[in-house]
Amino acid sequence: MTNQTDHLSKAGTGFKGLSLPAPLRATVNVATSVALTFLGLLLVTFIIGRVVPIDPVLAIVGDHAQEHVMERVREELGLNRPLYEQFGIYVWNVLRGDLGVSVLTSNPVLEDIKRVFPATLELASVATLFGVLFGVPMGVLAGVYQGRWPDQVIRVVGLLGYSIPVFWIGLMGLLLFYAKLDWVPGPGRLDVFYDGLVDPVTGVLLIDSAMAGEWEIFWNAASHVVLPAAILGYFSLAYISRMTRSFMLEQLSQEYITTARVKGVSEWRVIWVHALGNVWVPLVTVIALSYANLLEGSVLTEIVFAWPGLGYYLTQSLLKADMNAVLGATMVVGAVFIGINILSDVLYKLLDPRAR
Amino acid sequence: MAITAIPAHAETPRDTLVMAFTIDDIISLDPAEMFEFTALEYAGNTYDRLIGYDPEDVSKIFGVAAESWTISDDGKTFTFKMRPGVTFASGNPMTAEDAAFSLQRAVILDKSPAFILTQFGFTAGNVKDKVKATDDMTLVIETDQAYAPTFVLYCLTAGVSSIVDKALVMEHAQGDDLGNEWLKSNYAGVGPFKLRQWKANESLTLDRNDDYWGGAPAMKRVIIRHIVEPATQQLLLEKGDIDIARNLGPDQLETLRNNPDTYIQDGVKGAVYYLGLNQKNEALSKPQVRQALKYLVDYKGMEATVVKDLMKVHQAFLPKGFLGALESTPFTLDVAKAKELLAAAGYPDGFKVTMDTRSTSPIMEMAQAIQATFAQAGVELEIIPGDGSQTLTKYRARNHDIYIGRWGPDYQDPHTNADTFARNPDNADDAKSKPLAWRNAWDIPEMTTMADAAVLERDPAKRAELYLEIQKIHQATSPFVIMFQQTEVAGIRAGTKGFVIGPSFDDNHYKGVTKQ
Repeated sequence: MTNQTDHLSKAGTGFKGLSLPAPLRATVNVATSVALTFLGLLLVTFIIGRVVPIDPVLAIVGDHAQEHVMERVREELGLNRPLYEQFGIYVWNVLRGDLGVSVLTSNPVLEDIKRVFPATLELASVATLFGVLFGVPMGVLAGVYQGRWPDQVIRVVGLLGYSIPVFWIGLMGLLLFYAKLDWVPGPGRLDVFYDGLVDPVTGVLLIDSAMAGEWEIFWNAASHVVLPAAILGYFSLAYISRMTRSFMLEQLSQEYITTARVKGVSEWRVIWVHALGNVWVPLVTVIALSYANLLEGSVLTEIVFAWPGLGYYLTQSLLKADMNAVLGATMVVGAVFIGINILSDVLYKLLDPRAR
Repeated sequence: MAITAIPAHAETPRDTLVMAFTIDDIISLDPAEMFEFTALEYAGNTYDRLIGYDPEDVSKIFGVAAESWTISDDGKTFTFKMRPGVTFASGNPMTAEDAAFSLQRAVILDKSPAFILTQFGFTAGNVKDKVKATDDMTLVIETDQAYAPTFVLYCLTAGVSSIVDKALVMEHAQGDDLGNEWLKSNYAGVGPFKLRQWKANESLTLDRNDDYWGGAPAMKRVIIRHIVEPATQQLLLEKGDIDIARNLGPDQLETLRNNPDTYIQDGVKGAVYYLGLNQKNEALSKPQVRQALKYLVDYKGMEATVVKDLMKVHQAFLPKGFLGALESTPFTLDVAKAKELLAAAGYPDGFKVTMDTRSTSPIMEMAQAIQATFAQAGVELEIIPGDGSQTLTKYRARNHDIYIGRWGPDYQDPHTNADTFARNPDNADDAKSKPLAWRNAWDIPEMTTMADAAVLERDPAKRAELYLEIQKIHQATSPFVIMFQQTEVAGIRAGTKGFVIGPSFDDNHYKGVTKQ
C-alpha cells in the first residue's frame, strides 16, 4: 500500500538546503507538499470545471431567461474574465478563508459543507465501524480456514458485496427492513418530528444529541443510520475481509508462527494475538483508505436513503457547473484523504516498532 | 444496536402535511428572481398577488390583494383598489405602496422573470412613473400599448408579481440590491402559509399564517422533504411516513393505484413536450422532412407505455386550457407516408441525425421510442445523452440537430407560448431575443407579425381565432414536433384531501388540505 505522505515529503525536498532543525524541516516539508497538493487539486478541478460543456449561468437564470440577463449574470460571476484571472481570484479568496457562494443554494459554500459533510461523516463512520467489526474477523477466519468451507462462504459474501449495485441493495433493504418488517424507520436522518430540535454543534446527530442528553433523538438518529450504514459498510466489509485474509495468510506462513506453535502456545492465541497483532499494521492503511472512499463515494446510498450528504451535494453541483461548490467540496475530500493518510502514518508508526 | 426498541411512526401528525418532492431546483426564494417550478409553487402558497384565477376555470379572474380593478377606455391604464385591512406576516399593514414597490422592484432588479413585466414597456428608468400608488389604497399601472386586457392581468398573476412587504425588505437591503440577497432565503409576504425554514437539497418547511385575511388553512405546518428516488417516495407513502408523493413514475403509480391506503390525483399542466429540429441542419430544413418526422412518432403508443399517466397527446404549441388552444391531433405514426415524404425531399433511404437528450426519466425512454420509429423509415437517430444544463447549453447555442424538450408557460396568457414558438424577430446569431424559434433557426417574419397582432387584439373571441390560425400553420409547417401535454400526478394517502393541482406550477395549493 502506498503512503501518500511519503510522496509528499519527498516532493518537498527543496527545503533541505535551509539550515533548520530536522523536526521543523520535516514539518515545513510536509506543509509545503500539502499546500502544493491542494493547489494542484484546485487547478485540475478548476480547469475541468471550466472546460466541461455546461454553462454555469444556466443553473442560475434558468431555461427561460433572456440574453441580457444571462450576460449580466456572467459578468457578476466573473466568467467573462480570462481563466487565469478567475483562478487567481478564487485562490486569493480561498487564502482569505472565503470559499465563495454556491449559486444553487445561495449559501456560502463553507456553510453548505458544514451542513452536508457531518451527515456523510456520520454515515461513513458507522459504515466503517460495521466493515471493521465484521470484516476483520471474517478475514481472519477465511485465512485460517483457507480453501475450506468458511473461506468459500466468506468469499461469496465478499463477492456479493463488491458486485451488487448499491442502488438495488439499498431499495431491497428498505423494502424488507422498513416496509415489511418495520425494524428501521424510513429514509432521512431523523423522523420529521425531531428535525431541528438539537442545536447543531458538530452536525453529527449522534454526537450532538448525546451531548445534549437527548437520548430519544439519539436513538432515533441511530435507528435511521443503521440500515444505510450497514449497506454502505457491506462494501468496506468486502474489501477489508479480502485484505485481512491475504495479510493473515502471509503471517501464518511465517516462521515465528511455527515457533509459537512448537512452543505450545494455544492455537487461539497464535491466530488472534500473534498473527492478527502483526496484521493490524498494514490493515490500518486499508481501513483508512476504505473510510476515505466512503466519505466521497456514498452518493447512491445518499440518494436512496434521502441522506443530505457531501456526495449528493458534490454530484449536483458538478452537474450544474456550480464551481464554487465543486471546488469547496473537492478541497474537503482532498483534505480528508491527506488527513487520513497522515493519521494512518502516525498509527503505522505507533503499531510497528520498526517504523519508529 | 437496539433498533427494534424504536417504534416506527406509522403516520404523520394530523395537523402537519408531509410531502416528498424533489426541491433541488430551488435556487432563490425571492419572487422577483425565482423561475423554477418548486420555487414558484412555494410562492403560490406564501405570497398573494393583486389578482388570481380559478384553477378549475382560468377565465375567471378575481381580486386577491386587490379588491377590484378598472381598465381605462384606451386600454392602457389599469387601476386597482387594494383590499382593506390586510396585514403582512410581519404585522405591517399592506398598502398600494407595497404593491407598487414589488412590481417596480422586479423590473429594476431585472432577474430572469422580469420580462413578464417589462414586456409592457416598463424599464428601470420609467417604472416608478408607470406603476405607482396614488394613495394608500389605489395602484395605477400604465402600459405602453393597448394590449389584450387578459394578457396584462394574467401577467399580474405570475410569481414575479407577488407582493412583498416593502418595509421589511428594505430593512435588509444591501447597497442597491433592494433586499434581494436577504430575500433569497427569507420571507416577506402575506399568504396562507409563511416560510419557516429552507435547507437547500434537504427540506422546505412552511408554517400556517394564522392571521391570513382569507382564513387560516387547516394544516399548521407543511414539511416538504427532498426525496430524489421515486421508489423511495413510494415506500414512504405506503408506510404513511409522508402524506403526498410528488415524483412518481408509471411503475409506482400502477402499484399505488391498487393500494386501498392511497389514491392518485392528477391535473393537466401547461407544459408541452416537443422535438426541436434545427434548421441549420440541411436535411431537417427541408419542409417534407419536417413533415415526415411528424409522422414518425408513435404518439398513441408512447401515451400508453413510457409516459402513461404523465402525458396526453397534444400537437399544438398552446396547451389545452389556454385561450385559443388548438386541440386537433392530425399526426399519427404513418411510416409509409413518412417514406413518401422523405423520398420527395431527396432522402429515399433516410439519413443520419443526432438528438440531444436529458438522461432523465421519462425523457430518455421517450427518446428511445422515437429512435425506434424513426428507424422504420431509415432515419438513423443517434441519442446524445447529457445532464439538463449540458444539453441546454448546446441547445441555446443552436449546436444541436434535434433537441427533445419540455416547455412550460410563464403565465396563463396564450402570448407566453406564441412569443417563443411562433415569434423570431431576428434570426441572426447575435440576436437580442432568442426564443425557441430562434434556437431552431426558424426564420418566420410573417408569423412573427401575426403573433404581434394577436397580443393587441382586445376582443377575446377574435383573439382566440387569431391564435387558432397561427397554430394551424405552425402545426403543419414548423420545425417543432409537438407531441404531448404534461399531466401532473401525485400519490396521496387516503385520509388526506383537498390538495389542488392547478394548470400552472404556482397553482399547486396546500391551503385546502385536510387530514383525517
